[in-house]
Amino acid sequence: MNAVIKPAPAAAIAPRFPALPIGGLAGTSFKHEHLAAIRAEGGDRGFFEVHAENYMGAGGSPHRALETVRRDYPLSLHGVCLSIGGEQPLDKAHLARFQNLVDRYEPALVSEHLAWSTHETTYFNDLLPLPYTEATLLRVCDHIHQVQEAIRRPMLLENPSTYVAFRESTMSETDFIRAVARRTGCGLLLDVNNVFVSATNHGFSALDYLSDFPLAGVGEIHLAGHAEQSDDEGAPLLIDSHDGPVADAVWKLFEIVIARCGPVPTLVEWDSNIPDWPILKAEAAAAQAILDRCRSLEEGHHAAA
Amino acid sequence: MLPPEPHLGPSYASEFAAALIDPRRETPAVVAGPNGKVAIKRYNVYRNNVTSSLIDALATIYPAVQRITGVDFFRAMARFHIRATPPTSPLLFEYGRDFPAFIAQYGYAQSMPWLADTARLERAWLDAYHAEDAAPLSGETLAAVAPERLVDLVFIAHPATRIVRSPFSVVTIFAANRSGEEVGRIDASSPEDALITRPDLDVVVRHLPPGGAVFLTDLIARRSLGEAAASALDASPTFDIASSIAGMIEAGAFTAATLEKQDGH
Repeated sequence: MNAVIKPAPAAAIAPRFPALPIGGLAGTSFKHEHLAAIRAEGGDRGFFEVHAENYMGAGGSPHRALETVRRDYPLSLHGVCLSIGGEQPLDKAHLARFQNLVDRYEPALVSEHLAWSTHETTYFNDLLPLPYTEATLLRVCDHIHQVQEAIRRPMLLENPSTYVAFRESTMSETDFIRAVARRTGCGLLLDVNNVFVSATNHGFSALDYLSDFPLAGVGEIHLAGHAEQSDDEGAPLLIDSHDGPVADAVWKLFEIVIARCGPVPTLVEWDSNIPDWPILKAEAAAAQAILDRCRSLEEGHHAAA
Repeated sequence: MLPPEPHLGPSYASEFAAALIDPRRETPAVVAGPNGKVAIKRYNVYRNNVTSSLIDALATIYPAVQRITGVDFFRAMARFHIRATPPTSPLLFEYGRDFPAFIAQYGYAQSMPWLADTARLERAWLDAYHAEDAAPLSGETLAAVAPERLVDLVFIAHPATRIVRSPFSVVTIFAANRSGEEVGRIDASSPEDALITRPDLDVVVRHLPPGGAVFLTDLIARRSLGEAAASALDASPTFDIASSIAGMIEAGAFTAATLEKQDGH
């Protein structure tokens, strides 16, 4: 059974947007340069995901564009700056902005990262890693409790891609994530590209990671492209660059994941060197085909049972 | 500045963060590659992500400045600024407010004295772009006011409205370097004042006539129409009040006008 994000308790406020179901759909990052092409084709299956921070301005074009898309498609709201894995208390003002967006756009999915980006007064604009210890586990759980209390629904936590490990870590990433999900009731966003990138960078097996990962809690999947560099000893070092098509090895892992946890909503991320809409749409269509095949297998299985 | 939460022991974030934008510092000892191996290039991925993404953020906010200086000059200048003044807000469109002042004192930019004001105009453009939505004041509302009361009118500025004044041809420079077209030779030496507005979704930059900036600055500060016109005439004898009022209505610079201030007298 996959984690289901429940709608906020029937509040006094009437919904502003249709409650469009997201189950079994493939989607893409929403980029404003694609809006005209998206509107021109109109009403295809799919969903869009946006980085919450890009919609934290007071008004103008960003909100108008997001309202337009949200009327026709389910939305996934993806935070990148809450700094849940950070060492200091959550930024209350930023959390309030996040909460306002959840209230305003009624997204089908809400997610954030197991990472940090702010320390003391500096915002670093990157998803930075943390050690996995009892102390950091306590704090991450505390932060997620605060987020879920603010938005009045469970959030999804995304596994990171990392380039270094911390010497002080005392547990594996999968043990850490499992414990967070159990203690906070949050769902999980499984980024399959991140699994592949981290497995390569740290020399573990991506399949072993997926076997250890609490797949029952997965409410969304991310796919993306990566770039290849090398480390100090010439070993491959993969960079989570979101600037190209999804790699073949990541598609393979994705099929394995879907076979195990069913047709979970899946997003193709593409954040730099952004291609024309048909290319991004084709990546999502490839993911949709895999989700649909899984669904028809499931249905066949149920019919036979 | 928020202190780390107490019960948690040594600070991995302080160790990790300290070297991110300081190239003189070594790779933090708290991190490693697989099996404890060195992680210099690995850690440098984070350094590079942080600095290059912040340079990209400044380039997005200041495209005309980058076009004037060229990419290499811009990125070097932006790197210095990021090290001196990293962002303090997770909202990147709020970043770079100190960049125009940085440019003004940046040694290599002294041969382009108009560059800082061009940056000020670009910053104002972005603020207008993200400003709160509001319906601009219509000409009919103004026409309904009795002519003898006009001087007592006090205006409420639209949230997007900005004024940028410069001793250089900053509006011409901005417009030329924000267009897709080739930039010809520009005489930078004639003073230009800009009015930035966003009546609906599109930000519009106008070149104000003499006295216009003084007039509008006074109105934005809620001085009455009479007072604002007087100071504009003081500043510039050729100031034309009728065309300035028509222009500010057309630009959508204000959302409302009121006589309340005087009604209590």
